[in-house]
Amino acid sequence: MPTREKTQLLSAAQTGRTIERLGHEIVEKTGETHGIALIGIRRRGVPLAHRLAETIRAATGAEVPIGVLDITLYRDDLSLASAHPVVQSTEIPFCVDGRDLILVDDVLFTGRTIRAAINGLFDLGRPRRVQLCVLVDRGLRELPIEANYVGRRVESRPEDLVEVHLKEIDGEDRVLLERAA
Amino acid sequence: MSFTFRHLLGTEALSRGEIAFLLDQSRAFQGIQKQPLKKLATLRGKSAVLAFFETSTRTRISFATAAARLGADTMNLQAESSSTQKGESLVDTVRTLEAMKPDVIVIRHAASGAPHFVAERLGIPVINAGDGLHEHPTQGLLDALTISDRLGLLDALNVTIVGDIRHSRVARSNIHILSKFGCRITLCGPAMWLPPEMASMAPSIRIEPRLEEALRGANVVMVLRVQTERLREPALPADEYIRLYQMTPARLALAQPDAVLMHPGPMIRGLEIDPAVADSPQSSVLEQVTNGVAVRMALLYLLTGGAPSGAVPQAG
Repeated sequence: MPTREKTQLLSAAQTGRTIERLGHEIVEKTGETHGIALIGIRRRGVPLAHRLAETIRAATGAEVPIGVLDITLYRDDLSLASAHPVVQSTEIPFCVDGRDLILVDDVLFTGRTIRAAINGLFDLGRPRRVQLCVLVDRGLRELPIEANYVGRRVESRPEDLVEVHLKEIDGEDRVLLERAA
Repeated sequence: MSFTFRHLLGTEALSRGEIAFLLDQSRAFQGIQKQPLKKLATLRGKSAVLAFFETSTRTRISFATAAARLGADTMNLQAESSSTQKGESLVDTVRTLEAMKPDVIVIRHAASGAPHFVAERLGIPVINAGDGLHEHPTQGLLDALTISDRLGLLDALNVTIVGDIRHSRVARSNIHILSKFGCRITLCGPAMWLPPEMASMAPSIRIEPRLEEALRGANVVMVLRVQTERLREPALPADEYIRLYQMTPARLALAQPDAVLMHPGPMIRGLEIDPAVADSPQSSVLEQVTNGVAVRMALLYLLTGGAPSGAVPQAG
């Protein structure tokens, strides 16, 4: 096992502030927020979407609807899997037709998750626009995909690991970069 | 919890946890049936052989629909047109099918145990779509999914099954599943269709030949199809069956007010079921059909994920 060195990218307070800033950026760039909806990508995109909605509500009073997207069935690596991963429900309790959607995920890496998410969304209807908000962009894209809202950009190598911890799932807020030696 | 089986041959050997997992996975596929675009590419390039050595319309179409929704191709074998009519043995037939390199085989056969026999001899997953008087596991699972949708749970329910229990693989699969959730099961029907040994299939089974008694307090009422040809062996006139066992609104009223009325289909209106019951809001017959597609999608998805080795790469 090669030694791995962990560095903290965001502390608990920084994680919270970063999410708040992202919420404000969404308000700023979207102008009127009443047409938008947030789509959290399972798993950590979901609590992130809820926190963004909270910030948007605090700033504008607008209630932004939240949907949950499971991309398992749209993954491009299922044929490589020894056993198919567990599928979870997609729960989008509103019509996506003509809507201004913001996909929310914790880490943007190869872009393949987002490709899968966009395919999933378009099976549900025809959104007017789809944007992307991520807490961390670690680069190394394999597809022509970029985020509209980025909490923290970090240079990484493919073997590195970016660990996002969120209170709702992990009991604490923290972002770590684990570098392969 | 995960599903580690290579095949789905029956429900008897499944644990409660495994059944709960399969139902949970099926729920994820229920959502896809409500989408405007129901076609996925998840199993693109995979193929399923639907080998029906016994006639079936609904189960075969349900599997074909499930495969199509996931992007898999299906090849059909139907007994009437097949080489089995020319005297080929079952093992030769399925080996021939396997040589066409499908990823999964769905089999229905009049002989109990035929899917097990096939599973032991082939290198691909086998799904039992009904074998003789033994089991119909996907029907049992879709029934359980329908009950839990309607009542919000599966645990400790009073379930009454009415009709030709002896010849019903649907009843057997349901008993295996529901008894694992602590349901109390009452079997009701003419004595000739109610073998006393079925009471020992699970701890909480009661045999009650009087329909009115059997229905009292039931949360779930499952009416089985009467195969008219079986009314002749030994003789029970159809009008006698109707008088004693037909599910009528008055009889259904003896069950709980929110009892779910189920039928695996095809129904014979006016024989085992009064049309007023079949079309009542308590009837879940069409939900059962819709849920059948979701259950079969989940199974095709889970069982075809068997590439030789290698972990799932990290998502990005």
